[in-house]
Amino acid sequence: MSEKVLMKGNEAIAEAAVMAGCRHYFGYPITPQTEIAAYMSKRMPQVDGVFLQAESEIAAINMVIGVSAAGKRAMTSSSSPGISLKSEGFSYLAGCDLPAFIVNVQRGGPGLGGIQPSQSDYWQATRASGHGDFRKIVLAPASVQEMVSLTFKGFDLADKYRMTVLLLSDGTIGQMMEPVSLEMGDVTKYDKPWAVTGTKGARKPNIVNSLFLLPEVLEQTNIERYERYKSIEKTEVMYEEYMMDDAELCVVAFGIAARVSKNAIKAAREKGIKAGMIRPITLWPFPKDALADAAHRVKAFVSAELSMGQMIDDVELAIRCKRPVILCSRAGGMIPTPENVLAALDEAGKIGG
Amino acid sequence: MNYKRVTVFAGHYGSGKTNVAVNYALALKAFERNVSIADLDIVNPYFRTKDSADVLEKGGIRLISSAYAGSNIDIPALPPEIYSVVRDKSFHAVMDVGGDDRGATALGRYVPYLLAENDFEMLFVVNMYRPLTADPKSAFDNMREIEAACGARFTSVVNNSNLGAETTAEDVLASVPYAEKISALSGIPIKMNAVRKDIAAELGGKIENIFPISLHVYGFMN
Repeated sequence: MSEKVLMKGNEAIAEAAVMAGCRHYFGYPITPQTEIAAYMSKRMPQVDGVFLQAESEIAAINMVIGVSAAGKRAMTSSSSPGISLKSEGFSYLAGCDLPAFIVNVQRGGPGLGGIQPSQSDYWQATRASGHGDFRKIVLAPASVQEMVSLTFKGFDLADKYRMTVLLLSDGTIGQMMEPVSLEMGDVTKYDKPWAVTGTKGARKPNIVNSLFLLPEVLEQTNIERYERYKSIEKTEVMYEEYMMDDAELCVVAFGIAARVSKNAIKAAREKGIKAGMIRPITLWPFPKDALADAAHRVKAFVSAELSMGQMIDDVELAIRCKRPVILCSRAGGMIPTPENVLAALDEAGKIGG
Repeated sequence: MNYKRVTVFAGHYGSGKTNVAVNYALALKAFERNVSIADLDIVNPYFRTKDSADVLEKGGIRLISSAYAGSNIDIPALPPEIYSVVRDKSFHAVMDVGGDDRGATALGRYVPYLLAENDFEMLFVVNMYRPLTADPKSAFDNMREIEAACGARFTSVVNNSNLGAETTAEDVLASVPYAEKISALSGIPIKMNAVRKDIAAELGGKIENIFPISLHVYGFMN
C-alpha cells in the first residue's frame, strides 16, 4: 500500500502549514485559493489552532502581524486582487522584521481580471509588494509535492531571517490533484527574544514597531536589513537544471510554465534541438549566477511565462543582455502549450545562431 | 447493470464524483436511449462536468449545466433546465452534486420530487487517499452532513479510492476494507468499486463489482 495521499495543491499548502507548526490562519475566500481556507476551517480545530475568516484581506494580514509579533507562526492566503489589498501589511511586516508566510494563488489580472491561472504577479511579488526598501523571499512550486515541501521550508526561512516568505503559485497548481508524500521531518524551533510575550516583570518590554522618526536610525536599520538580504542571496538560491549539460538553448520558466516547458523540451530533443531549462524555485533571490553561467554556454534563452513578460526582465539582467531572450507568453488565464514553447525555441535557434 | 431512473452522485470534496458520474452516464447509454447528466456543482468553478462536454456529446448524453460554467461570470446559479431531470421521465438522468454539505444544499430543492417518484439511487463516492476522509469514521460523518444538507439518504457506496495517475492495483485492493467499514457504519451496501480501466484488468476476480472507468476530467499535462 502506498504512503501517499491524493491532494489538491491548495489543500497541500494548508496541511504542510499545519505540519510546520502553524496554528494561526487568517483568510478571506477568493477563487482559486478558497480550498486553503476551507481546509483550514476543518483542520485547525483538530489541532487546537485558530481558523478565522477575517472581514477583509487587510484585516487578515494585520492579524498575521499581531500573531507574528507574539512569536507564533502565522499565515494568510489569497489570490491576486486580495494580495494587492495586503500590500500595506507586507511593508509593515518588513519594517517590523517579522516572520510571516503568505500564499498567492495567482489569477489573471489586472483589476478583478479572471479566475483562471496566471503568473502576472511576478513583478508585484519580487519588487513592488509595498512601499519602502524591502524584499520578500519568493518561492515558486511546480507540483503539488512542492506545495508541501516549499510551504514547510517557507515557514522555516521566515523564522530564520525574520521576514516574509511568499509562496507564489497559480490557479492550476492550486486546483490540480496529485499524489503527495507528507514526510517532512522535524520542525526547527527558533528563539524569538524579540517577541511580545509579556515581561512577567523580568525584562524590559519588547516593542514591535516600524516607525523610525530619526533618519539616521532608519537608514541604519535599512542597511542592516539589506546585509541580511545579501546573505540570503548567497545561501538560499534554489533552482532546477533540466537537460542543461549539452543545451544550446535555455528555457527559463517557473511553476506551471516549467511543467509545460519540460514537455516542449522533450519534443525539441526528438527534433534534434538541444534545449534545456533552468527553473527558478526561488524567484527572489533569483538564480542569477546559474543564468550568467549558462549564458557562456547557450546561444539564446526563452522566457516562458503566464504573463505579458515580467520575469524576462530578471533573465536579461542576470545574463547582462549577453544573449538574446525570446519571450513565450500567454496571459489573462491562458496557459502556454508545449507548441508555443517549441515555436519560441525555433525562433531562439534562428536569432541565437 | 442494475440502475434506477435517476442516479445521484455526491460525496466529499475531491472524491472524484464528477469523473465517476461522467463514466456512469456513458455506461447507462448502452442500456437507455435517453440519458442526461446534470451538473449541480456550484462549489468549484474550476473543474466540473462541463469540462467533459466533448466526451459527453460524442457519447450522445444530454448535458445540463449552468449557463455560466466556463464563461466569464462566476455565479453559483443553477439553470432551470435541471428541473427536467425530475419532470421528464423519458430520460434516465445522472446528477453530479458539488462537494460536501455545501454542494448538497443545492440538491435539496429537487429531493421532494425524487422522493415522490421513488425511482432514484443516491451514491456516496469515497476515496480513502483523500486525507480529510482517510478513515471510515470521518467519511461516515461527511455522509451524514450531506444527508442533513439535502434531506435525502444515501442508498449505497461507490469506492473510488485512487491516487490519480500513480494508482496501482495494490492501492485499490487496500481500500476495500475501508469501503466495507463505511458500508458497515452506515448500513448501506457497496454498489461498485470504480477502477481505472487498465488496473481493472489486473484486479479481475480479486474484487467484486468493478466499474471500469476512464479519466475524463483534467489530464492536460504531465
